[in-house]
Parts: sequence; C-alpha cells; structure tokens
Amino acid sequence: MWGYAGKFLEVDLSAEKINELTFDESILRQYIGGRGLAAKILWDRLGDHWETIDPLGPENILLVLTGPLTGFFPGGRICVSGKSPQSNGVVGSTVAGEFPIELKCAGYDGLIITGKAAKPSYIFITDSQAEIRDASHIWGKDGKQTLTMLTKEGREKLRKTNPLYGEWKEPAALYIGPAGENKVRIAAVMAKWTHAAGYGGYGAVMGSKNLKALVAKGTGPLPEVENIEKVKALIDEASQRCYMNDSFRRWGTSASGYEVGAIASSEPIRNWQEEWHDQKSFGVDKFERRVWIKRYWGDFGCPTTCLKVAMVKTGPFKGAIDDNPDYELQAYLGTNLGIFTPEENVYLASVIDDLGLCGIQGGNVLGFAGELYQRGILTKEDLDGIELRWGDAKAFATLARKVAMKEGIGDLLAEGSYRAAVKIKEMKKKDIMQYVVHEKGMAIGAHGVRSGKDYTTDIAYACSVQAGDHTSTAYLPIHHGNSELAIILHDSGVYCFFNNFNLPRQLKWDFFKAVTGWEIGPEEWYETTARRILHLQRALLLLGGPDLKWNPKIHDDNPQRFYEPLPSGPYAGKKVERAKFDDLKKEYYEEAGWDENGIPKSEVLKQLGLEEVDRALEKKIR
Amino acid sequence: MSSQEPIWIVRDYLKCSGCRKCEIACSLFHENRIWPEASRIRVFMLVPGAEFPHFCTQCDDYPCVESCPVDALSVSKETGAVLVEKEKCTACGLCIDACPGRIPHIHPTEKYAVICDLCGGEPQCAKVCSEGGWDVLRVVSKADEKNMERDRAYKIYARKPEEVTRDLVASLYGETGKELI
Repeated sequence: MWGYAGKFLEVDLSAEKINELTFDESILRQYIGGRGLAAKILWDRLGDHWETIDPLGPENILLVLTGPLTGFFPGGRICVSGKSPQSNGVVGSTVAGEFPIELKCAGYDGLIITGKAAKPSYIFITDSQAEIRDASHIWGKDGKQTLTMLTKEGREKLRKTNPLYGEWKEPAALYIGPAGENKVRIAAVMAKWTHAAGYGGYGAVMGSKNLKALVAKGTGPLPEVENIEKVKALIDEASQRCYMNDSFRRWGTSASGYEVGAIASSEPIRNWQEEWHDQKSFGVDKFERRVWIKRYWGDFGCPTTCLKVAMVKTGPFKGAIDDNPDYELQAYLGTNLGIFTPEENVYLASVIDDLGLCGIQGGNVLGFAGELYQRGILTKEDLDGIELRWGDAKAFATLARKVAMKEGIGDLLAEGSYRAAVKIKEMKKKDIMQYVVHEKGMAIGAHGVRSGKDYTTDIAYACSVQAGDHTSTAYLPIHHGNSELAIILHDSGVYCFFNNFNLPRQLKWDFFKAVTGWEIGPEEWYETTARRILHLQRALLLLGGPDLKWNPKIHDDNPQRFYEPLPSGPYAGKKVERAKFDDLKKEYYEEAGWDENGIPKSEVLKQLGLEEVDRALEKKIR
Repeated sequence: MSSQEPIWIVRDYLKCSGCRKCEIACSLFHENRIWPEASRIRVFMLVPGAEFPHFCTQCDDYPCVESCPVDALSVSKETGAVLVEKEKCTACGLCIDACPGRIPHIHPTEKYAVICDLCGGEPQCAKVCSEGGWDVLRVVSKADEKNMERDRAYKIYARKPEEVTRDLVASLYGETGKELI
C-alpha cells in the first residue's frame, strides 16, 4: 500500500493500553483517510447505539487521522473527529501544523483514542512507539505555556533516549487549552498557538478524556509512494500555480475582513443584525502596516504560506501575539462584536487562542450574549458586572475567560450559542431563539447567505452534514467544486484546500494516483466514494442524541435571522425566501439521494453497500 | 552558479515562513524520499513564528573536520562544503560537539553524520526558497562576500538552536518574547 504508513495507534486511556492496528486496503480505498475513515470507524464501533453515546463521556472515540496525501500534497493537515458534542453527528475537523508529518514519520497514519485517563495525561509518540505520560503539571496552562512546556519536555526526553543523535528538533503537538480541559462544548484542538480544529468541539472531547495533548516526533521518511518522480513533478506543478496566486499569498483571507462586509455584504456584524459595513479602519492595509511582524507563515510543504504573524505594538493591548486573524476570526472576533480595529481584533484572537476556544464558535456565542445585553435581556448583574457593549474588546475578552473557565454566566455560554439559548430562554421566560445564529447546534461560519453574493447559497448550512461548517457546505449542482462532495476529498486525503485554488481538477486525481496507485477519478468519487461518506455522516447526524436530535423537516433550515431582510448596505431588503429555499432543499435531497424527509433512501444505501445503515435508519428514523 | 568556485549561503532568518520546503527539496535530492530528519537542512521551531533553517555554514577552520578521529570528513575543493564518507563514519558524534552550532546530526537509519554538502554546488534548498519568493536562503560566491560581512553572518549562523531562537524571539516579539522561551 502506498501513501500510508500502514499502521494506526489505538490508545485505551482507561486501561492504559496501546495497540497497533491496520485496515484492509479495501477499507482505505473506500474511505481514504481523515474524514471518510472517521465516519467509517465511528459507524462500525458506535453506530448501533449512537443515540445513547454521550459525546463527552468515556464511550466516545476521539479520532486523529491523516490521509494518504498528507505531507505530499502541499500543505499538510490532520483530521480530528469523533461524535461531536455540538451536532451530535460526525464532523471531520481539520487542522494544519507539523503534527501530521511527525506522526507519519513515526510510522503511524492516525490515532484511535478510547476511554478516559484517570489523571491528566498526554500521549507521546516516537518511531513505532507510544506512551501515555502524566500531564498534571501542564493541566490548567494556556496555549502558549502548554506548547512551551511540551517542546522543552519533549526535547529533553528525546535527548535522554538518544543523546548521540545531535540536536533534536522539537516534536510537534496537538493540545487543548483551559476551555478543552473544562469540557466547554466550543473548545478547539489547537496547534502552533493559533491553529485550531474548531468545528465539532473536539477540544471538549479531549478534555473529557483527561487528555491534554498528543506529541509526536518521527525520524523516518514519509511512506513510499507509487511513483516518486511523478509526485515530485506534481508538487512542483501545484507549487508553481500557488506561487501565482499573488493576492492570496500576500493577504490570505484577511483582505476579506473589510471586503466581505463592504462588497459581498455577507459578514456577521453585531450578531448578524447586519451583514454590511464600510469600515476602512478594518482594511487589510491597516493590518499589514500596524500589526504584521512576519509576512509569510505556513506549515509543512506549503507554497502559499497565507498566514502572517501579528503583534499589537501600541495601545492598551500592546504585546498581544497571534497570527493575523484570518477572515473568519476578523469577522467573528471583530465585526460580529462591533470591533473594527486590527489591534483589538488581534488582541481578542490571542485571548481566544490561548484559552483554546474555537474562534468562530466563541465569537458567535459572545455576539449572541452581546445582542441579549443590547436588548436588556442579559443585564450587567447576569454578566457578573461586565458591561458588554459592542466594540469593547476588553469586556468580550473577560467574558471569553468566563466561558473557558465556566464561571458565572460563562457556564451557560460554554454550551455554545444554541444550547445556551435554550437555557437562557427558560431562565428569562423570553423568546430569544430568533437571536441565535446556529445550524444544528453549531455556530454558522462567517459567510452569510442573504445577499446572495457570497459562495454560500440558501441551503449551504441547512443541508450540510457538517452543519454550520463554512468549509463544507451544500451546493448545487452536487458535482460542483464547491460542493460538500468535493470537500470530502480534501478532508479525507487530508491536505489544505487553500492550495487547491487555481489547480486543474485533474491534478488532484493525478496526485492520488501517483501517491496511492489508485485511479479514483471524478466519476467514482462523486457517484460512489464521496456519497458513501456523505450518507454515513448524514445517518449519524440524524441518529444524533442523547441531548438533542435533529428532524430534517424542522432543522434542515436556516437560522431565523436569515429570513429577516438585511437592514443596510447595497443589498438591503434581501433575505432568504422560504419558497425558494424549500425548492432548493427538495432539489438537493434528490441529488443527494435522500427521500422527501431528508433521509438517505433505502435503495441508494443498498447500492453503496451500506445495508447496515439502511436497517438502522429503517428501525429508528424512517 | 558555477560548481567550480566555493559558494556560501546567506540567510535572512526573519523571513522564514517555516514551510520546510527546503527540507523537502533537500531530502528528495539526497534520499529520493520526503524525509525531514534525513534532510541536511532542518527548520527549527522552538517558538512558533521564530522558525529558522539550521545547517552547515562552512567555518573557515572546519572544527568538525579537525575533530573526526577516523578521517571521515573532508572539505570539497570545488564548493568548500564538508563531505562525509558514510562508510568511514562511525556516528561517534565528535563532529557535533566540535561544531559551534551543534549542526550535524546522525542519519536516522544509516548511522552517519549528516552535513550539508551544498548539493555539489547547486543547493536545492536555496533554489526552492527563492522560487517561492521567501528569499531566506541566497547562494553567493564565497570569495565575493566581503570578509567583515561574512564574519558577522557567521557569528549568527554558527550557534546552537536555542541561541538563534532567543535572538529571533527578541527581534520579533520584543519584551513579550521573554516569556515564550
């Protein structure tokens, strides 16, 4: 088998046992890796009692999986998954960084982590070896402190084991901050201070397992490939094309903090009360001039290096360090909170990343609280004295800390916007559900649908198997490159799809062929392989539970706010039209192979060899 | 760049993106695999943002060559690079201790010291770095570089990873940086 290390690590934290396991080539051929393989493993192990599994209980499984293209296709990533404490389905949440490379070089394609450790722990992986180590001294530390300690400790350990090697390069880590430790449902799995697997809430799953971090150092090569000369040529071709994406290389997505608001008019502002702004103070030139301290920053093999390192140089937040907030964090930790300056935005992003909160989910719940404060529903007393005024970065940072520590009102908000809204509604006896902008328990990405000028369509979130995830949205026609079926390929091969822009579509298939030897091709992918993964995710999302279940008739829908007209900007008055939405949804169900109730059709499942899934849906849902 | 005259690679650490394309290019050239730990150039990231490539800087007095008890190390007359004779090398590590930057390391599987050989005169790391526009690594003629400038640069390159990191962090993050090391 080419492209795979060939072995996975299974770690039972309860029994403190570590085993190696393998998958047949036929399984990998069908589910590839990352997101696809996660759906398969979860179905096989938990599918028959999915609705009873508490995502934050020891019975949940945490998956950390690379794919065959990880390390080869420019821009390595890794996929974190399990039963999501947000959607109660399966989210393939990918994060960049050096960890996937170290893991593959250590001889492993991924980790399957079960049970719960008796005390705070981390898993340390070296060449064909792994051990569970004590993390009591790191528990409670923020992101930057955690990584500093793990780097130091890891290098010391490596030096002791092999003192004649020379200087050991640092091992790579995935870790959680205090938010994950406290099982905050909107906690992320973090890497390199600023990188986050945010959607899904797997930081909380790690916390529920008493698992502070995964640390890896491998000294082997990446796996053998089918045709190394071809792989070299493809890396070169992909890189050359990425080098030509001038503006994207220069600014990444951070030009959008201004442009998506001013031009597309689809940026969340003050909890989505508006989606248009023309605040020049939020222009990317201001970020570039005032906070950038490194122009290009990236991860293994990346030709684009669209990240920038940023630091606040003046004012009350001087010294705050983070990457330059990407568009999503410019929006959610900027405009969505009424913040329109680079300094406040970078400061707030650094606070959120250090706490290990997801910037999108965190910014969504902070914005939700902000609107409740604006409307007098949450008062200063409810907020333990915080005056949560729009634009006050300090106030929002204080509230974010309460969320991560589950203090006071933070305990409610730590559940994420939707679950918090249900509780606050109860507490205040007021209908507040129109103010929560979510999809099936997950915050929605910062690309609104009302103006019709963004890539997201009316059904983008409503019909996605990853709910609010803006990187994996429903799209028609379903064979389109924007469709969720196309995204499943990136999330299962596990590489950065930002390096897929401007590439001929054929290049991906050539890459798969040169690495794995498999001729996948668009027909097989869009008709069979991707659909199998999509249906598995859909089935598990609908089985849901135990705290919430989704009925497609009710919940395959936009948040109420998207049916309100945009109040400002060039597209004022535009909103999602119910009749048009219903038509699109119907059409999407048909193209996806789901019945009129949004449930995967029996004959479709059988055709794809998913008889067990069909039986479960027949018994429990249809 | 002619392979007939000694060359040198000048570096601008503050521009390093940490993309590690140099490691990929190096290991593909020397091993025909993507193999970061067999790469002759390794990008250290002891602190995020403060990435830098760590590799041989061809000291004028070549202390590693001097230190080798089995004469496995020699200096290339064409390029000025340190050449390692794999068969002779015993992986004793004395060259690592002799190196002011502790730059060599032992090949992960073959047990000989890994030292940059300047790819025989066309360093692949510098090629990929300039192609991508990062320009952290630039090949110059060793003779052309004014002695003063090379001395200054040498003092920056020929240091241990911790020392390089400390200065980079101070440059990038100023006062705040002290807590990060």
